[in-house]
Amino acid sequence: MKQKASTAVVAPVSSEKSLRRRLRLGERIVEGWIFLAGTLAIVVLLGIITILLKEGLPIFAHTSPLEFLFGATWYPISDPPTFGILPFFVSTLMITLIATAVAIPIGVGCAAFLAEVASAKIRETTKPVIELLSGFPSVMMGFIGLALLSPLVQTMFNLNTGLCGLTASIMLSLMSLPIIVSVSEDALHAVPQEFKEASYALGATKWETIWYVCIPAALSGIAAAIMLGVGRAIGETMTVLMVAGGALAVPVSPTDPMMPMTAAIASGIGNAVRGDLKYQALFAIGVILFLMTLTVNLVADRVLERQKRKFAR
Amino acid sequence: MTKAEMSRQVSQRTAFIFLGIATAIAVVPVLFIIIYTIISGAGAITWGFLTQFPSQAGKAGGILPAIIGTFYLMLGTVLFALPVGIFAGVYLTEYARDNWLTKVINMAIVNLAGVPSIVFGLFGLGVFVLAFNFGLSLLAASLTLACQALAMVTTTSREAILAVPREYREGSLAIGVTRWQTVRHIVLPQALPGIITGAVLAISRAAGETAPILVVGAAFILPRLPQSPFDQFMALPYHLYTVSAHVPGTPTSVVWGVALLLLVVVLSFDILAAVIRARARHRR
Amino acid sequence: MLTKLLKRRFLVPLVVVLVAAVVLTGCNSTAATTPAVPTGSAPVTALSGSIKIIGSNTVTPLTSVWAEDFMKANPKVSIAVSGPGSGVGIAALIDGTTDICQSSRLITAKEIDTAKGKGVNPYEIKVASDALAVVVHPSNPVSELTIAQLSAIYTTQITNWKEVGGRDAPIVALARDTSSGTHAFFKEHVVQMVELPTKNTKLEYGGKVLLLPSTTGGVSEVAKNPNAIFYPGMGYITSAVKSLGIKKTATDIAVLPSVKTALDGTYPISRLLLFYTNGAPNGVIKAFVDYCLSLEGQKKVTEVGYVPLAR
Repeated sequence: MKQKASTAVVAPVSSEKSLRRRLRLGERIVEGWIFLAGTLAIVVLLGIITILLKEGLPIFAHTSPLEFLFGATWYPISDPPTFGILPFFVSTLMITLIATAVAIPIGVGCAAFLAEVASAKIRETTKPVIELLSGFPSVMMGFIGLALLSPLVQTMFNLNTGLCGLTASIMLSLMSLPIIVSVSEDALHAVPQEFKEASYALGATKWETIWYVCIPAALSGIAAAIMLGVGRAIGETMTVLMVAGGALAVPVSPTDPMMPMTAAIASGIGNAVRGDLKYQALFAIGVILFLMTLTVNLVADRVLERQKRKFAR
Repeated sequence: MTKAEMSRQVSQRTAFIFLGIATAIAVVPVLFIIIYTIISGAGAITWGFLTQFPSQAGKAGGILPAIIGTFYLMLGTVLFALPVGIFAGVYLTEYARDNWLTKVINMAIVNLAGVPSIVFGLFGLGVFVLAFNFGLSLLAASLTLACQALAMVTTTSREAILAVPREYREGSLAIGVTRWQTVRHIVLPQALPGIITGAVLAISRAAGETAPILVVGAAFILPRLPQSPFDQFMALPYHLYTVSAHVPGTPTSVVWGVALLLLVVVLSFDILAAVIRARARHRR
Repeated sequence: MLTKLLKRRFLVPLVVVLVAAVVLTGCNSTAATTPAVPTGSAPVTALSGSIKIIGSNTVTPLTSVWAEDFMKANPKVSIAVSGPGSGVGIAALIDGTTDICQSSRLITAKEIDTAKGKGVNPYEIKVASDALAVVVHPSNPVSELTIAQLSAIYTTQITNWKEVGGRDAPIVALARDTSSGTHAFFKEHVVQMVELPTKNTKLEYGGKVLLLPSTTGGVSEVAKNPNAIFYPGMGYITSAVKSLGIKKTATDIAVLPSVKTALDGTYPISRLLLFYTNGAPNGVIKAFVDYCLSLEGQKKVTEVGYVPLAR
């Protein structure tokens, strides 16, 4: 027995060498799968961008980009057809701005409450309830907007009809709230205890800790939450189709009936002949929408970089 | 207490009241919608409703095939979106180099969340139905929904993994653990709650989506349940859409009944995920 | 213990590869749709086969009822019915992913060209027609309008109810959106007045007209809003709204929409609902179409709320 022990300690036995080799091989295989997954995600991304460009760009041979973006007349089935998307563009801007202005403070505030102020029991029961709303079918939200919210808006603001941008904004903020709340709450929850303890040790109150330490530390996660939530609001199709009103004139106020870009695409696609001008124009709207969200996200990311530098983790 | 201390306490009190109000504003509409759906739809939920096939263009009979179809869709989306999304998140944080290309990719994936759902449907039509020749099928629809869910799952996984403090990784690597083992045994368990959140939000959204499945295989009337992933299927959101928007004379209770059922399907999934997440958080 | 660890590492990739293999091999077998022209002559014994029907949401309720009855009579036949639009249905016919396209509008020349280019020959079958009723809130004192007045309302030239004999209140004009064949039909036949001497093909829906995605949504808005006006198909009218009598010109009598007035042509706003197949149908598809056009099938049309074909 003494002999066995000494050989085990003195020189690496062949079984140990092959174990290390097998571990490295296994590790490499798993890393291969990880690389594959990353590539797949990128491929899907490229696929979407490609289809948008391939089907959408040809319209610019017919209508100049300036006329497309700033023209105010959208008559795709007329003779000759005109494709000006200014009404849709303005509608999307209005609806998204209002929805985000409402959803962000409420969402982040709720997340802060759940992460820091509420007890664990309240948190673990409230979070699933709020998340439930994100599973509510978009058609149903449209229904509720139609049946319950729009008469309310109509009487409150003394309008001709409650089917308007404001109703759509409210429904959209409801739909992006779960994302903003849940993902921000996770980000806040992930702030290391040491940060908070250091802050308390310096004499800060709980609120001061939340405002000056937790939120900035979780900023990257909160920003991702907001971008995903805003993305959901911008990309939502069925609900805005049902409650925003669908008027083709350029909206002047949020209480006007309006048609945002997603609704324009969805309502047009049902009858578009594949490959013809209207089909191309609808995809071009998709391209512009994609560029819009990309710009917003890039700007937000820039602002964040500056913040992150203060809190290198 | 000094005056300064008092004013800090006051501002804390005020701030907490606002936070509480924000939470109330977030929670009350949700509860209201849930309760309204239950009240309006409970009348339609009978054993027949749950087990029969629809008749008279959906105005009578049951919605069994739609329930099964939605379950299959959710399963398919989980199967395709979760592994790819989570591992893509791992790749983008742990393995990809920190250059501008990775940044652009990260940004673009977040952006995918803002692409209108109908565009995903058309993408699925062109790629899965036609190019891959899967036809109008459960498979094509699951893949389409998975692509839409990918943005959310990848981004939240990324954020969850990024939130794991560097020290944990460094400590692990310092004692000779390999990179993958670090990820598997240290980073991922820590990041699990955040990953689950992303998965829940993405999958429940997929369950409730109508536009992406419109053109890739959802049917309104089918005589039998799908026998293979290549068959067409029924789904609760599409059934809801057609029956509420296009079939004249559908009783309101039927419409809300379908919505209620979808809510129950999503809720069961959410609760399961919440339990897993609470346990994962507890272990930290 | 070490071998167990290694096995676990390989398990997930192995499973993925297996699943992928199964998927890819199964990919070629049942994915192809049933051919539009199934083999076999008109069967005397039990019919069997499967039919895919895709297209207009307007025709879906009707086709669903027909499919249900036909499947009850022929249990070995399976029919799948889906929307979401006439254009999508025609595109599916061209792609070969459907057997029948149900449509609420005529196929365009461009679509026919594209189809022929892909070897598909669209064959048109009229199956029913649909009268478009013009509805307002029951409290609205107006009970009849001419086509010219309707055109002016929908081009927002007339914006107040008092201009057509009603209250002093703004008109809230509701229409279907461009995804619907109804939108195009109403535009051509009412807004542009194609059958009248005042025909003007330059006219468009006004910028303030609300384009809605759902007919039932439009009807419920009219039921709630005393100033709204909308044009649903006859089958969507509920007791909560009031139909207007429509006059072709100011000197005609106003006609209310009904199956009778649509059939005898006195009601001026009515359109065709159609099926399109690849070539003349035969086999189980022909049997189904024959059923739809038979006396029994056409009786169902009135039950659903549409107008059967004139006999």
